[in-house]
Amino acid sequence: MDQRDDIIEYSLYNHHSEKEGKKLRKKIWKVTLILSIVTAVEVFLGALVKQGSEMWLTVKVLFVLLTLLKAGYIVLTFMHLGDEKKTLKWIILLPYLIFMLYLIFIGLTEGASVGVKN
Amino acid sequence: MSGHASNEINANVGWDGKGSPFSVGYGKLMMWFFLVSDALTFGAFLIAYGFTRYSYGGAWPIGEETFDALPLVHGSYPLAYVALMTFILIISSVTMVLGVEAGHRMDRKGVTKWMLATILGGLIFVGSQAWEWSHFIHGTKFGRVELSDGSVATAKGEFGKINSFEVVKPGEHFTEVGELITNENISEEDGDLMHAFQHAAAKRHLSGSAGAMMITLHDGTVAKINKEADKDLQLIIKSAGTQYAASSPADESTRIHEEEGSVALYYEALSKGNVVYGANLQQNEYGPQAYGQFFFFVTGFHGFHVSIGILLNIIIFLNVLKGTYHKRGHYEMVEKGGLYWHFVDLVWVFVFTFFYLI
Repeated sequence: MDQRDDIIEYSLYNHHSEKEGKKLRKKIWKVTLILSIVTAVEVFLGALVKQGSEMWLTVKVLFVLLTLLKAGYIVLTFMHLGDEKKTLKWIILLPYLIFMLYLIFIGLTEGASVGVKN
Repeated sequence: MSGHASNEINANVGWDGKGSPFSVGYGKLMMWFFLVSDALTFGAFLIAYGFTRYSYGGAWPIGEETFDALPLVHGSYPLAYVALMTFILIISSVTMVLGVEAGHRMDRKGVTKWMLATILGGLIFVGSQAWEWSHFIHGTKFGRVELSDGSVATAKGEFGKINSFEVVKPGEHFTEVGELITNENISEEDGDLMHAFQHAAAKRHLSGSAGAMMITLHDGTVAKINKEADKDLQLIIKSAGTQYAASSPADESTRIHEEEGSVALYYEALSKGNVVYGANLQQNEYGPQAYGQFFFFVTGFHGFHVSIGILLNIIIFLNVLKGTYHKRGHYEMVEKGGLYWHFVDLVWVFVFTFFYLI
């Protein structure tokens, strides 16, 4: 296919060498290991600590933190957003985070006003 | 894997600022914008789920109690199956990213291999989800009962096998008193003994008390139920009635055990027809109606995304085989498909935490 000069075809230059590939693959397997271990820890904690026990609140917060950690690795490494230009990275992440934090804030404040119904 | 161009781009074809501020292809940028909007949708679902759950207080089902079954084996394995599903999806995400990496080296063989692995992983995940849905819809052998004092309870323990029904009052199909009905000669309408038993319980066609239950079948036959005793039947009170307080998930001694008469209470409820088995959109045995609706909607919407992902991956895989991307000089399409596939994995990570763990 001829290159059209009215289309900026970045993808054509988006290659890397065997040497760079090797480094990347090493990183991918490292992240795989981390994700698997974190999932195993979560399941272990979930089966071990019962809801409503004294430890539960701590475990719950830990679950959320571990989930965010996993999400971070998936987005930044697997979806390689961490390697994109900074502008792009924040244009993707910031609006999402602002909207979500706002919605979580609303959910938590208003949630407390909703009575228990069975 | 680096997204930005390594060569200078002719400044005459750049944006007004002479160059693209993002240095990525159009398709990839649009895929990211789509994923942000899709992520907002899933985020909204999960926040709505949390909001609804909070408003129901303690009556909401608990992940490790609800999801503790494995295919082909008996017993309780809390969260084992969903953990396996999560692991399968993570691994298929890894094979996908390895495929993208191979594409950047123009390694067609590598892309082919990893794409195939990703498609297989996706199919295994959707298959697992189908089993989980089926298990969720059919429910447990005990179901959820409403006890005589108005409290609502789920049950744990080993359901005693139903061996046969012994005809007491003949009906249309079974005309002889004393005839034994087993899975071999039961009518098609009744299905099998277990199915007939649950159907009769829900329709108030059971009577008697534990150990001496009578069943009325579809054809009007009344029969005595020959059933082995349940082992270690425990009732977990989900919402309190006038007599029994709600059980604490953290303390198994707050359940009603056999010594406290769990068997008599359970079969009294069955004979009154106060039982729900499995799940549909109107009611479910696990908790409030909204719980079942959220389960079907959120995991269903995610499963739909996985299915679409598999379809996209198959199309990309066929193009890789045909050499379309090799001729084009780059494998960006694999990368775009990869972004979508990782997103599906990302959503599952959150669904796993908020639906099953917490």
